[in-house]
Order: sequence, then C-alpha cells, then structure tokens
Amino acid sequence: MTTDDKTVRMTYREAMRQALRDALSRDPRVFLMGEDVGRYGGCFAVSKDLLAEFGPERIRDTPLSESAFVGAGIGAALNGMRPIVEIMTVNFSLLALDQIVNNAATILYMSGGQFNVPLVIRLTTGAGRQLAAQHSHSLEGWYAHIPGIKILAPATLEDARGMLWTALEDPDPVLIFEHGGLYNMEGELAADTGAVEIDKAAIRRPGSDISLITYGGTLGKAMQAADELSQAGIDAEVVDLRTLRPLDTPTILDSVSRTHRAVIIDEGWRSGSISAEISARIMEGAFYELDLPVERVCSAEVPMPYAKHLEDAALPQSPLIAETVRRMVGAS
Amino acid sequence: MSLQADRAAPTLEREHSLHLLRQMLRIRRFEEKCAELYGATKIRGFLHLYIGEEAVAVGAIQALQPDDAIVATYREHGHALVRGISAESIMAELYGKQEGCSRGRGGSMHIFDARTRFYGGNAIVGGGLPIAVGLALGDKMQGRDRVTACFFGEGAVAEGEFHESMNLAALWKLPVLFCCENNLYAMGTALKRSESEVDLCLKATSYEIPAWPVDGMDIIECERAACRAALAVRSGEGPCFLEFRTYRFRAHSMYDPQLYRTKEEIEEWKQRDPISLFDARMRESGMLTDDDLKQLEEEVAAEINRAVEFSEAGTWEPIEDIGRFVYSERKPS
Ligand SMILES: Cc1ncc(C[n+]2csc(CCOP(=O)(O)OP(=O)(O)O)c2C)c(N)n1
Repeated sequence: MTTDDKTVRMTYREAMRQALRDALSRDPRVFLMGEDVGRYGGCFAVSKDLLAEFGPERIRDTPLSESAFVGAGIGAALNGMRPIVEIMTVNFSLLALDQIVNNAATILYMSGGQFNVPLVIRLTTGAGRQLAAQHSHSLEGWYAHIPGIKILAPATLEDARGMLWTALEDPDPVLIFEHGGLYNMEGELAADTGAVEIDKAAIRRPGSDISLITYGGTLGKAMQAADELSQAGIDAEVVDLRTLRPLDTPTILDSVSRTHRAVIIDEGWRSGSISAEISARIMEGAFYELDLPVERVCSAEVPMPYAKHLEDAALPQSPLIAETVRRMVGAS
Repeated sequence: MSLQADRAAPTLEREHSLHLLRQMLRIRRFEEKCAELYGATKIRGFLHLYIGEEAVAVGAIQALQPDDAIVATYREHGHALVRGISAESIMAELYGKQEGCSRGRGGSMHIFDARTRFYGGNAIVGGGLPIAVGLALGDKMQGRDRVTACFFGEGAVAEGEFHESMNLAALWKLPVLFCCENNLYAMGTALKRSESEVDLCLKATSYEIPAWPVDGMDIIECERAACRAALAVRSGEGPCFLEFRTYRFRAHSMYDPQLYRTKEEIEEWKQRDPISLFDARMRESGMLTDDDLKQLEEEVAAEINRAVEFSEAGTWEPIEDIGRFVYSERKPS
C-alpha cells in the first residue's frame, strides 16, 4: 500500500493513542488513569503527550495501587463516569483480580440488573522481549473464563484504533489486551477510520485447506506461516478471533466447516485454556466436518524464561505452526 | 568480612573503610559494565541500575550475619554482589547463560542464590514483602536467631501488600528488617504525587514498628542505622523499618526518557555521590591515597573482566531442559 491522503502511516501504539485522544475529546465522562500514564508518558509510551492535551484531572497518574485504582474505576463507572484504567501488564493485574472478578464482573448480576459497570481496562500482555516470568504471561484466556466481563485482543492497527470507542459505549466492563510485541508494528490506516464492532471474529486471510485460529500477538505469526505454506501449495485460512469473550463461535464453525481442518494458535498455556475452549466448541458444533483432530500450538507450560533461546522455544513460532499444518494436511 | 552485627557504632577505621569503598565501587563498575553490555545487546530484557544508591545496600548488608536472609527487588545487582554472590554468576545470569545464579531463567530482575539465602529478585512491586514476613515467621517458629532483610522502593509503600506485611510482621513480632530505598521516584511518579503522607517512617510507626530515616548517600550512616536496627530485630522485639533517602542517578530502566525530573535535580544529587563523598572523607582522615584507590579500581576492574569472560564462555541451557523445575525433581519419599 502507498500513502496517499486517504491513508496514514502509523504504529499500533499511535493508533491506540489516537483512539484515546478521540475518546477523551468526544466524551467528557471519559478519563484515563493508571501508573505513569501522565508525566512518564505511559510505560509503553501509548499515552505520551496526552497529559499536556487533557490535563491531570483526565490523565490521572496513580500510585502503585492496582487494586485500589481498578476498584476506583469500577466506582466511578457506577457513578456516571467512563473510566479507562490502564494496568501496565497483565501480571500486575493480578493484584487487582479481586476487583475485576469479584466486583466488575458480578455487580450487575448480583444487583439484579440495577447497577452496570461501564469500565474499560487496558493491559499489556504477552512475551517476546525477554522480560521473564513476572512480566510476560498471556492471561487473557484465563480472564475469558469469567462471565460478566468482555475480553478484546486487538491484533491490527484498525482494531487498535477502533475497539476502544466501542468498548466505552458498551454498558459492561471490557478488558482490552494489547500484546507488547505489537506496539511498534507499523502500517497504513484509513484516515477516516473509526469505531469497529467488537463481537465478530475476522477472516484475515481466506483459504480452503485449513483454519488457523488465533488472536493478538500470534496473528502475525499465523499469517507468516500461511504465507510460507502458500508457497508449498497449502491454502490456509487465518481467523482472528478479536474477542475472546464472548467468542464468535459461528465464524469459527463456519471456517472449519469449509476447510475441515483446524489448528489453534495461542500464546497462553494449553491446559484449561481458551484454545481448549475453542477446540471443544469445534467438537460440539462441527465434529462431523473435521477430517482429522484439531491441533494446538501453544506456549510451553513453564513460567516464561529469560534467556532468548528458551523464550523463543517456549512461544508458538511460525515454523512450528507451518510444520504442524504440513503434517496435518499431509496426513489427510 | 562483614561487621559483627552486635557492633552498633562502627568506627571509621582504615581496613573496614576500604572494604566499604570497595563494595560500593564493585557495584558501580559492575553496573557501568552492564549498561555497556546492554548497548552491545549481550544483556536484554529490563535492566534497572542501582547507580547512586550503592551506600544503601553496602551499609545495610554489613548488619547481616551469614545465615540471615535477603529479599530484594528487580534493582538488586548491588545487593547480590555485596551479599557474596559472585560477579561471575550474576553477570552470567544477565547474559542468560546456564552458569548464571538462576540458570539464565531469571535475568537481571530475578537473581536467586540459596547459598547466601538470597530469595530474589522480585519484579512485582511490593511482592517481596509478604515473602520476607514468611521467611521471618519460619525462623521464629523454628527458634532460629536470624533476620530477614527486605529491600523495596518507596513506590511499594502505596501497595496493599506493604501495609498488610507491616501489620503482620508487627502483630507477630517477626524478625524482619524493612529497608525502604526512597529514591523519590517510582518510575516517573514522584513520591509527593503518589502519597498523601510522604513521611514514610510515620507509616511504619502507625503499625508500632520502630522506624528511622537514614541519609542513604552516607555509607557510614547507612551502616550505623542498619546495625542498630538489626540488633533490635535480633533481640526478638519484632521488625524495624529504615527509610534510606537516596537517589538513582540513571534512568528507571533502559527505556526511560526521564521527562519527570530535571537535569539540575540529577546534578544536584550527584554532588552527594556516595562514593565521592566517602572517598573524600577517607582522604581527609588520611585513610586513602591515590595509590590505594588505583589499586582498588584495578582489583575491581579485574573482577569485572573475569565476570565478563566467564559469561562469554558460558553455555546455553539445552532447550530440552526447558521444563525442568516447573515442579521439584525430588519426589516425596
Ligand atoms: C505491581 C506492579 N506494578 C507495577 C510495576 C511496574 N513497575 C516496575 S518498577 C516500578 C516503580 C517502582 O518504584 P519504587 O518502588 O520506588 O522502586 P525503584 O524502581 O525506584 O527502585 C513500577 C511502577 C510492577 N513491577 N509491579
């Protein structure tokens, strides 16, 4: 693609920043709070310059108090505001797990439908930067276990730019997981791009031989594998889930019903995971369409190691995806 | 080498002073090398330097006995070096080599060493405090006369885990020496922007924990305060809290444009560089000559060179072993 006046070149980080700027400009109830979102410019520089533009009331630096400021986000959401709470990484969200699971996810139901929580939480997820076992995990699938919250995983510039506004308009709590490896991803985005739907998966690459089902940080790896496979004459379809809860089951089943083979690629661990859930749904809804068992390429079941060769080995990589596909297609 | 813990007021005698100076220099030069190696991509991930804060770890650790325990944060190279973990095994860890103290699995933020009872390297702010409380509980319940020193930044004071740990340690009169390294900033957030009450000792005393502020740029003050506090902790009266007032001269980590503080402020603090201060003080009292310093620097440089050579020559853990130690290899008998 070339840059003309209808598209703009930007990074995922900038797309996210534009989404924040747009939301803050459109709705006075929207504010951003989290650790170092203001003066520091955001730990991954997503909120850089927003403090100067919107002031410290709306770009709120918080102390290191994840449980308190996530809870405060819930309270403010209950009381007329539209908070965007940033948690630096998913590992730190564990300090706020009580507020997310016991409050954000339950208050509407527990109150018999009286109190909804229009809260958005943004967090970084994923590995690949040698940050070891307390900064690298992919727990979005784990959060997707919880009824009452919605789980988004923007993997493209368009979704980074467009999911936030839709999430803010949602009456219920939405968690947006941004894979840390995506922030520097650069590409073209339509200048007039805006809000996108958040309840549908997307076919990022149509194909007829096999469905590669993935999301977030592994979408790029699946696309790369699909490119490589096409040279070997294998036509892989790539499904980007986009939203992990609620899952767009019809799109998954439809794809598998056309290709008759499926691999799920997930940076999370496989045991008790979102990949297990997807596999189960395929069994339940498209079992007789399958030519062979569903397979999964997931992270090794270890806390993330620091050393690069070990981290690389622990993560799903495109050569392994391609190899899995070749084996499956060759076998049937 | 370390000072007797019951020695509450160390004097400025030459041999001991040289020891303190050497320890601070070891940290400074080791970390300068780390920054260089980060630039050369030998070290990756997050790298948090302790440069400027050396007097705190060096001073505080003088108060510990060999069987005491340490819990530290991701900014822990200095503590590890002073505690006696070899520069080789720390540097190899930063390289990700299996000869590293954590086999290359932890990296800069997760230094562990069983021999010296060094329980990490914790990269969750506040995450180390409850563990320190538990280590001390274990000692108390087993009738052992040991202290657990717990290091953390002032940023941790905002976390619930800080308050819960303070309360538990005080309630159960546990032998924890809480060492708060107040370098004024938690990443880009100044203490005064994150705490309604910036007197950190007051927070500890509200839990009935004796607490003292300490000039963290003055190695002698750090050592004296730590020895006094450790003595109280060891006597069985419960935890103590020290607030070391210090400053980090470098960025928070390797990716920090430092928009939140001025160059002037950094320069002002550099006037109180703990190493230069102590160097000047030793010279004043005739304990240090140019030759002494030259010799010290050479010895430290040689140690660091050995560490780099050792790490360069180190090996990668076989990928087949990636799953080792997710669970213990020793099965219950
Ligand atoms: C629970 C948690 N929240 C956020 C972070 C990200 N983080 C890492 S270090 C840091 C600043 C901590 O400051 P302080 O405790 O004062 O220690 P210092 O880095 O100054 O030594 C932050 C916010 C983290 N590691 N853990």
